[in-house]
Amino acid sequence: MYRYDEFDHDFVNARVAEFSDQVERRLAGEITEDQFRPLRLMNGVYLQLHAYMLRVAIPYGTLNSKQLRMLGHIARKYDKGYGHFTTRQNIQYNWPALSDIPAVLADLASVEMHAIQTSGNCIRNVTADHFAGAAADEVADPRPYAEILRQWSSVHPEFSYLPRKFKIAVTGAERDRAAIQVHDIGLHLKKNATGELGFAVYVGGGQGRTPMIAKKINDFLPEEHLLSYTTAIMRVYNLHGRRDNKYKARIKILVHETGTEEFARQVEAEWAELKNSELKLPEADIRAIEAYFAPPALVARPEGDEAVRLARLDSKSFAEWLDQNVVTHRNPDYAAVTISLKGIGEAPGDASDSQMEAVADITEKYAFDELRVTHEQNLVLPHVARADLKAVYDALVEIELATANSGLISDIIACPGLDYCALANARSISVAQNISNRFASLERQRDIGELKLKISGCINACGHHHVGHIGILGVEKKGAELYQVTLGGSGDENTSVGEIIGRGFGPDEITDAIETVVETYLRFRTDKSEKFLDAYRRLGAAPFKEALYGNEAKAA
Amino acid sequence: MKVLTANRLIDGEAIWYSAGQAWSETIVGAEIAADKAAEEKLEAIGKAAFAGNFALDIELIDVQLVDGAIIPVRLRERIRAAGPTNRTDLGKQARSTTAAIA
Repeated sequence: MYRYDEFDHDFVNARVAEFSDQVERRLAGEITEDQFRPLRLMNGVYLQLHAYMLRVAIPYGTLNSKQLRMLGHIARKYDKGYGHFTTRQNIQYNWPALSDIPAVLADLASVEMHAIQTSGNCIRNVTADHFAGAAADEVADPRPYAEILRQWSSVHPEFSYLPRKFKIAVTGAERDRAAIQVHDIGLHLKKNATGELGFAVYVGGGQGRTPMIAKKINDFLPEEHLLSYTTAIMRVYNLHGRRDNKYKARIKILVHETGTEEFARQVEAEWAELKNSELKLPEADIRAIEAYFAPPALVARPEGDEAVRLARLDSKSFAEWLDQNVVTHRNPDYAAVTISLKGIGEAPGDASDSQMEAVADITEKYAFDELRVTHEQNLVLPHVARADLKAVYDALVEIELATANSGLISDIIACPGLDYCALANARSISVAQNISNRFASLERQRDIGELKLKISGCINACGHHHVGHIGILGVEKKGAELYQVTLGGSGDENTSVGEIIGRGFGPDEITDAIETVVETYLRFRTDKSEKFLDAYRRLGAAPFKEALYGNEAKAA
Repeated sequence: MKVLTANRLIDGEAIWYSAGQAWSETIVGAEIAADKAAEEKLEAIGKAAFAGNFALDIELIDVQLVDGAIIPVRLRERIRAAGPTNRTDLGKQARSTTAAIA
């Protein structure tokens, strides 16, 4: 993985010193809240319902054991013993005191981490496929390009005060696990007919109050033009993006209002001026960054097949975990493991300090010291020898992180919602917990099959409800929580935005409503091989409306 | 009727202005404004706390009295006064001085 050079260390340490001074001056009353607020936001510090919240960047979701141990240490020393992994592959602490944050940032800097650009109208943490470097279907590792974008965009003077926040995601496989079509820029790393690397470039996707699927404006951008072309997009957006209305300021609105063709033309015109400038990436520079992401030396471990076969016979729960949470690696002796942070009835994405430390130990011992955070709020060990899978499983059982539900209905994405968030209108976590408990039976979940359920506590859609196969949006109506259900959303290579199915449900009704939707699917699916999303796309909304609203649906 | 609430600058802790003429970490015993004049008095106290760099996100919130206890009208404020509903071991509800039930 990427290691800081001298410049990186100096830059992050200088920022820690600068922000420490700003906090000190704020606490001494030398600067006002109006002056301080933009400064704290640039360093990831929000004020939420109960306390401050610190959002720490995890570039493209990649961590080593030392870093994860530090995240656990921070949770214990400065917070309340846990952290919350987010849909942007970051981690949030919910309870830090402002006066402690400089010390937290210094601790983070000691393990090459920071909270810079995790808020504000700038280019945020660049996200990537969580199986990058391990996936069998990958053309190339997308993370070197995410790192190049990170370096280029960090405190970029031209793009630090954009009309609105800006999110970039990169995938290196045909199967999109990074939801690139619901990002401001989505990059699909691919090879052309002559074997050269480049990107299909998507622009103007996003969720929030106006969900939009990104438009492809370039079929194949050679890799050397990554920064020149991205700069061209940013310039068009920075110049023409609306600044008069916060709700119309994202690039998706600009692309929509300008028209894809005209927007692409403007980008091309801008790019013509830039493509042969210093932004053109020298081949040697790309390969140098790529070298940081060289895969670990995976020695042959052919004994894995027999070890797994025997362990599978010996333990039903191990076999279930293997089937659900372990995926194929490009090296047949190895596998990628999803560590579910969705224990039945637990808050999605939360991990305790001791769990983080134990996972760090497992990462160091069995996974070449590499760990990923997924946008689905789980962790991934990308490289585990199949021969070690049982040992990893046993270690995860010890810390209650061996729930075999990856991709199933209880693997729910949920934002913090009204239990923590100052923007939320309704709770998300409790809805997730109730649904998880209702579908607790793994046998039942496996019978239902792949089903992505996503919950947001407000229209900002941090819980990605628009692209949930089943989406739940919490709103406030007449002072009470109300939950709208959307069906048919998807955040993969066939991205779709879910459709609102009808009137909302109260907190006491929503779990039953979800069960009705699931039972309707089970009733109408052709057979078990037809997944929920496929069945919905075939059937349309009608049978689900009928099941949920009965005669009411017919009358409407 | 309304009470005055804010978050404390140094640590972000949710606080309420209490009838004992100080800021408190619990809504129990908060000073209740029952008329416009009392609301204006609380508003002035809030502005002074903001200007004095003691507190931020200052707000007058609607409450009602239920069996003598001050209960905020909005769920958001009930959760602020108690803590996350999924973690009763955290927030005000985890302390000996109990707060409003969310």
